[in-house]
Amino acid sequence: MTHLEQLEAESIHIMREVVAEFENPVMLYSVGKDSAVMLHLARKAFYPAKIPFPLLHVDTTWKFKEMIAFRDKMAEDVGFDLLVHTNQEGVEQGISPFVHGSARYTDIMKTDGLKQALDKYGFDAAFGGARRDEEKSRAKERIFSFRSANHRWDPKNQRPELWNIYNARVNKGESIRTFPISNWTELDIWQYIYLEKIPIVPLYLSAVRPVVERDGMLILVDDERFVLKPGEEIKNIPVRFRTLGCYPLTGAVESNAATLPEVIQEMLLARTSERQGRAIDHDQSGSMEKKKQEGYF
Amino acid sequence: MSHQSELISEDILSYLKQQEEKSLLRFITCGSVDDGKSTLIGRLLWDSKMIFEDQLEALAVDSKRVGTQGEEIDYALLLDGLQAEREQGITIDVAYRYFSTAKRKFIVADTPGHEQYTRNMVTGASTADVAVILVDARKGLLTQTRRHSYLVSLVGIRRIVLAINKMDLIDYDQQTYINICSEYKAFAADLGFEDICCIPLSALKGDNIISPGDNTPWYSGPCLLQHLETVELPDNSHNKPFRMRVQWVNRPDLDFRGFCGTIASGIIQPGDKIQEASSGKQSRIARIITLDGDLKEATAGQAVTLTLEDEIDISRGDMLAANGAQPATSDRLQAKIVWMHDKHLLPGRSYLLKMGAATTPVQIAEIIHKVNVNSLQKEPGKALELNEVGLCRLNLSSAISCDLYQDTRLTGSFILIDRLTNATVGAGMVEDVLPPSDSIPWQEVEVDTAALADIKGQKPAVIWITGRRYAGKTTLANLVQKRLHSAGRHSCLLDGDNLRHGLNSDLDDTDIGQVEHIRRIGEVAKLAAEAGLIVLVATTSAYAIERRRAREITAEIDFYEVFLDSPYDICAARDSSDFYKKQQGQGQDDQTFSKHNYEPPTSAELVLDGNTDPKTLAEEVIKLLECKNPTPEWII
Repeated sequence: MTHLEQLEAESIHIMREVVAEFENPVMLYSVGKDSAVMLHLARKAFYPAKIPFPLLHVDTTWKFKEMIAFRDKMAEDVGFDLLVHTNQEGVEQGISPFVHGSARYTDIMKTDGLKQALDKYGFDAAFGGARRDEEKSRAKERIFSFRSANHRWDPKNQRPELWNIYNARVNKGESIRTFPISNWTELDIWQYIYLEKIPIVPLYLSAVRPVVERDGMLILVDDERFVLKPGEEIKNIPVRFRTLGCYPLTGAVESNAATLPEVIQEMLLARTSERQGRAIDHDQSGSMEKKKQEGYF
Repeated sequence: MSHQSELISEDILSYLKQQEEKSLLRFITCGSVDDGKSTLIGRLLWDSKMIFEDQLEALAVDSKRVGTQGEEIDYALLLDGLQAEREQGITIDVAYRYFSTAKRKFIVADTPGHEQYTRNMVTGASTADVAVILVDARKGLLTQTRRHSYLVSLVGIRRIVLAINKMDLIDYDQQTYINICSEYKAFAADLGFEDICCIPLSALKGDNIISPGDNTPWYSGPCLLQHLETVELPDNSHNKPFRMRVQWVNRPDLDFRGFCGTIASGIIQPGDKIQEASSGKQSRIARIITLDGDLKEATAGQAVTLTLEDEIDISRGDMLAANGAQPATSDRLQAKIVWMHDKHLLPGRSYLLKMGAATTPVQIAEIIHKVNVNSLQKEPGKALELNEVGLCRLNLSSAISCDLYQDTRLTGSFILIDRLTNATVGAGMVEDVLPPSDSIPWQEVEVDTAALADIKGQKPAVIWITGRRYAGKTTLANLVQKRLHSAGRHSCLLDGDNLRHGLNSDLDDTDIGQVEHIRRIGEVAKLAAEAGLIVLVATTSAYAIERRRAREITAEIDFYEVFLDSPYDICAARDSSDFYKKQQGQGQDDQTFSKHNYEPPTSAELVLDGNTDPKTLAEEVIKLLECKNPTPEWII
């Protein structure tokens, strides 16, 4: 078997184990490329049955418009159950990444939103698309990651994982987050998308888009909530995105890569790693580890 | 990634084609503290150009702030992910790293060398094909080197790289290298390794990592990366008989019934004869189904969905096997167990065993011997402590089909789970499948429990009174028994202290002794209840797992757990044996006492307040029996 076939088989094994062991699993669907691969793997794992769990999108109301359109089209084409949750308290308080800063905004709209949704539906297992190569604190994450009843992750109290045997037992209120693509790298993801012709949000491919340079990042002017500061101007240039999140926090890169092989080529020749486009990792040293302890994915 | 940047920039499609053919090698690195393991992996990532500019900037900043290499880049900081570790300057958990070359993708399990974290090494090794064992050239083989070699051998790794690091600090002395190699090969002769490759290197300076160093002209072997790229994968699982444990039954509608699982060994094609290993029921493979169409063949490692020609009853945990070459099925196994938890493994205690998709309660019947992982000597032992390894005999609650670990890793390995906390507490490798317990036949008895109870005009039951020492359990049990007796009921009282004079006189007061004490009382209670008696048990029975087990073995008899909840102060005041005084002397108060010495029930049928008059409490027990057994006989 090639390395991609082995990774695929491992991910399918993990997904089936979760479905067999848990009463009420859910897949967290961020609409990004890693989610696209997870969704594709889930279709393979359970074919000919339809995907036996819902997909949950935590909508911060600040996602790229194209992501939302793509999400709804995928739900229709593939035929999965889509749940969308937004932290209404955050909306009522008018929480905005422009006003409240990335850290506070992420806490409220993403982390709290996710916890609310998990509690609301009583999910006992949640698939996430995190990969161990993304960030240092993730290199030690388990595939079945145990969370206490208040969603906390305790790095000192994780269960050892041996062979392909996963301990799925939880007491009431506790849950597991499962990362079926833990062992994939960014290159594996792109290559698999290319080989399997998996649909992705077009934002990953270069096109001329309106962007503004702010704090060293190129931010897409995605809707009217983006207000220009003095001295800022909108440039229409060919850009694409290496990761997708909330548009005010996600930097574009200047690029002419309009096809998948070109994107892969550019990625391989690039000199900066994937998460750099995200404001949230830079707020403080070890910030991802802190976020995870609090329940962020 | 500049190693192929020309191809990438000139012909990305050819590059992608080449990437499709790559294989995957998983390896583990192990070594003692300060052997330079993290530096070695950091160097591999660095030299295979897997480190990006922004990571490098962060690394340069971190190196100055917390690094141990002065002004130079500290590669180890690339790997020490968790903040606590960075501050302590040590690696405390298994971390997985990824890099690739033109030929292979690599997954590295980076595991700590500290004594207390041996469990992490076994964890990392369980999925690895190759082990890279680091040795500090200045120090030579250490106890840790021997321990790590034993553990990787135990977990079935057959290919070893002995990375003799820090050669720069001994001026690349050839003789030292030769001595360490020969000493290691002599030591490892009994460990079953098929391939040992000794490489002299300097992780810090980069000698013999990805290219031969100028400093070791006397060394003609491969450098580390070259060896890892070319070492043969020890995968002969295709040549073995077909095995697949059913993980999930796919039933989208009434007409379709597919069996999903990952093939552990062998090859199958539609038409092949298979059987379900425990029942022996046979059929043929009808289809191998995927989203992209049916397959003509599937091999070990693939996650597949199979349909069969015949409708046979198969569920999760069952094993499909090649007809005529099926694995053994038994409820009695002999296995090596690596213990991974602070709470000791105690013989007699019940755990859950999870083997692939099959889960069943299990008892460790006996620790045959422990293995001293430093001297590799066998030693007697009554319990297994954290990081200890022992050969054990296991009694499973239900039979399981499995292979020997040495034959097939995935169908001969299991984990043990604590039944209360759900923690993974141990890892096991099957060494022998013993004859099943039903080879000791159950003898038919003609006068059964129902008949024995009828003649007494009552319904048998077990009333298990638990509580702290000196809670008043015996007093309560006596009062209840008097009430039963005066109502013409046949009963029997098993008092923990009294049993310690006879049946249990060989047991001490350690954890192991207490577990066995409760186990025997449970068995006797079962026998007495099966004779039609109402059995009263009065014993501390401090552990929730053992009380649960007593309930389980008396499954067909009504079981009532009664928790006599007397406050700590009252118990301590009644204490005539100085038990509580000793505890207080050790600085234990009510809370720590409960934590260490008594696990209160969380779902007892009856909780009694120990401040209340015992006669009133006895009435409550009688009432419980009346309302749970609303038969006329229960009107006392």
